[in-house]
Amino acid sequence: MMNNENRTISVLVDNEPGVLSRVTGLFSGRGFNIESLSVGETLDPTISRITLVTSGSPLIVEQIIKQLRKLINVIKVVDLTNTEFVEREMLLIKVRAEAASRAEVLRIVDIFRCKVVDASPHFYTVEVTGSESKIKAVLDLLAPLGIEEIVKTGKIAIARSRK
Amino acid sequence: MTTGKKTGSQLVVQGLIDEGVETIFGFPGGAVIPIYDVLYDAPVRHILTRHEQGAAHAADGYARATGRTGVCLATSGPGATNLVTGLSNAYMDSVPMVALTGQVAVPMIGNDSFQEADIYGITIPITKHNYLVKDINQLQRVIKEAFHIAKTGRPGPVLIDIPKDIQTFEVKARKIGEVRLPGYTPSTKGHPRQIEAIVRAIRNARRPVIYAGGGVIASGASAELKKFVRKSNIPITTTLMGKGAYPDGDPLSLGMPGMHGTKYSNYAIHEADLIMAMGVRFDDRVAGNVQKFAPLAKIIHIDIDPAEIGKRMAVDIPIVGDLKSILVMLNQKIETQTRKRWLERIDRLKEEYPLTYEKSGAVKPQFIIQTLSEMTKGQIIVSTDVGQHQMWAALFYQTTEPRRFLSSGGAGTMGYGFPAAIGAQVGQPDIPVVALCGDGSFQMCIQELATVRMYNIPVKIFIFNNGYLGMVRQWQEIFNDRRYSSTHLEFNPDFCKVAAGYEIPAFRVTQTAKVKPTIDKVLNMEGPVLVDFRVAPEENVIPMIPPGGGQTEFIGEGEDEE
Repeated sequence: MMNNENRTISVLVDNEPGVLSRVTGLFSGRGFNIESLSVGETLDPTISRITLVTSGSPLIVEQIIKQLRKLINVIKVVDLTNTEFVEREMLLIKVRAEAASRAEVLRIVDIFRCKVVDASPHFYTVEVTGSESKIKAVLDLLAPLGIEEIVKTGKIAIARSRK
Repeated sequence: MTTGKKTGSQLVVQGLIDEGVETIFGFPGGAVIPIYDVLYDAPVRHILTRHEQGAAHAADGYARATGRTGVCLATSGPGATNLVTGLSNAYMDSVPMVALTGQVAVPMIGNDSFQEADIYGITIPITKHNYLVKDINQLQRVIKEAFHIAKTGRPGPVLIDIPKDIQTFEVKARKIGEVRLPGYTPSTKGHPRQIEAIVRAIRNARRPVIYAGGGVIASGASAELKKFVRKSNIPITTTLMGKGAYPDGDPLSLGMPGMHGTKYSNYAIHEADLIMAMGVRFDDRVAGNVQKFAPLAKIIHIDIDPAEIGKRMAVDIPIVGDLKSILVMLNQKIETQTRKRWLERIDRLKEEYPLTYEKSGAVKPQFIIQTLSEMTKGQIIVSTDVGQHQMWAALFYQTTEPRRFLSSGGAGTMGYGFPAAIGAQVGQPDIPVVALCGDGSFQMCIQELATVRMYNIPVKIFIFNNGYLGMVRQWQEIFNDRRYSSTHLEFNPDFCKVAAGYEIPAFRVTQTAKVKPTIDKVLNMEGPVLVDFRVAPEENVIPMIPPGGGQTEFIGEGEDEE
């Protein structure tokens, strides 16, 4: 069995102040890792979904899930890693776009089906959505042109519907 | 319940009454004046301690001694933070408690207002659950939920932080329905397939050992456990938290396991081919080294908290549920087995490694505890502080019933014993209560002498006065080349004079011959009494397994070192 693999865990919680603090406090207090975290409301506005990516040995991951389930405000915990699921993260990249490189940026944007969401005389801001590997590929290609700043979301994930 | 308009404070006190709370422990302050105003003529008894930590430990002792939920009350800021140790203590030992704290008014929160502390944030990791009530319409529901959460499943402390304006707002009291918490559904029934697996494992085991802990007491399963042990003839070791779950001194009892446990319990674990862990968590003071723990044994783990299963120890047959209901099922299914050979082996281990101490020289703490145990036949309530005297109490005091031995297990809180005894005595007025305290520990909550005097709470305080922080001194002796860094209490107050200042009768015992007559006299006195036992200053707790050691890796006794 692989050690310290990344696990994507989906946690349904009461949409109340302090709940995120309970979850993150649990991780820091028990020495668990958080690689990525994102939170948003579900269809039911009283419930939020936390998608978190964590890593650890299978025993640790089991403990993480059990400890999460112990929190009163945690309604459901699903380890998506064992199922078929779709995951996405989003990146905003402010990349240098001078006369010489403007076209090159747009070509890369086109290849990866990204979007230019802001343009100025010297910069384009590009929105990339996709898997971790796609985001890395875009970053690698844009890097030589001069990346000024990036902002990245945590991962979100959803189980695939049964065919 | 009436449905007129009520203030938040009235709802709080009414909530307590509706939950059957008769007594609470607390200390007033600016942010709880409205609640105290309602308490002034409410049918809830309030015991005023002299420090909020005392209130928290008293609520804890009350809960442990009665099985009911203990309640404490403190003001905002320092009042609330003074509860923190008590909450942490109750959380570690799964004690049902509800702590109420005042908070600055809602519009003042976050402004670093006078006596403001984020007690909600501070206590998240040391409570089972907690609340900050910012809407008076939530108050009744929160109180009901808090008591439900504290008492059910694996019990624990719950804190409710109530801003001062919420305490004074008026609202129409409502009828509160059943608690609905989709994220909280503790399972109680054990899985039938696992029950079958346990029954088979017991039938096939040659050298089974029961390892029982606080979960037995929390579940109220002592009678079922006794029945189970008698029928199965399986020897049983009870942890510090499980002390009293099964009668000490019974032929099948092995006493306490672990670091300072009996040698025969640890050898029995080591030789066992089946460990039945019940309401325990394989903590490091029992299983110092899980790799070496019961190397020959299949492990059954019964617990109400799924997160305890597999946390430290790999388990062969896990079962999640309420211990009492599981034992009822097991008792119907198991067969009587005599286990002659294994029980002979256990008897031999007990003969070979008897629990003993050297009976020479100064007054021996073990002797005091043994004498108290024999004189009371284990029928009183004993609370302890933390350290050497605690371990001697665990080893030499024979508890025969649950909820009669109160000790800070997981947290190891010095200063717990005396206030816990106060809570226990208030909750069980008809049972004598003795607080066994270290001279170091006692000084951590010594101010509660005023509490026992004021209410004439007849707790008997036995101080094991060796002039040292004895357990740390013992570690320094063994692991730090006798460099007694800051463990020698070169000055101690005259505890008898301190008691006199509080108008509490006190005695000093300096000779072994005076131990029994003094205990006899003190136990027959009314009201609180203090005894300052001057004991052997450098006595060590033996047996001892070093931290991280396996069950048979004893140290500190020359001849037995391997």
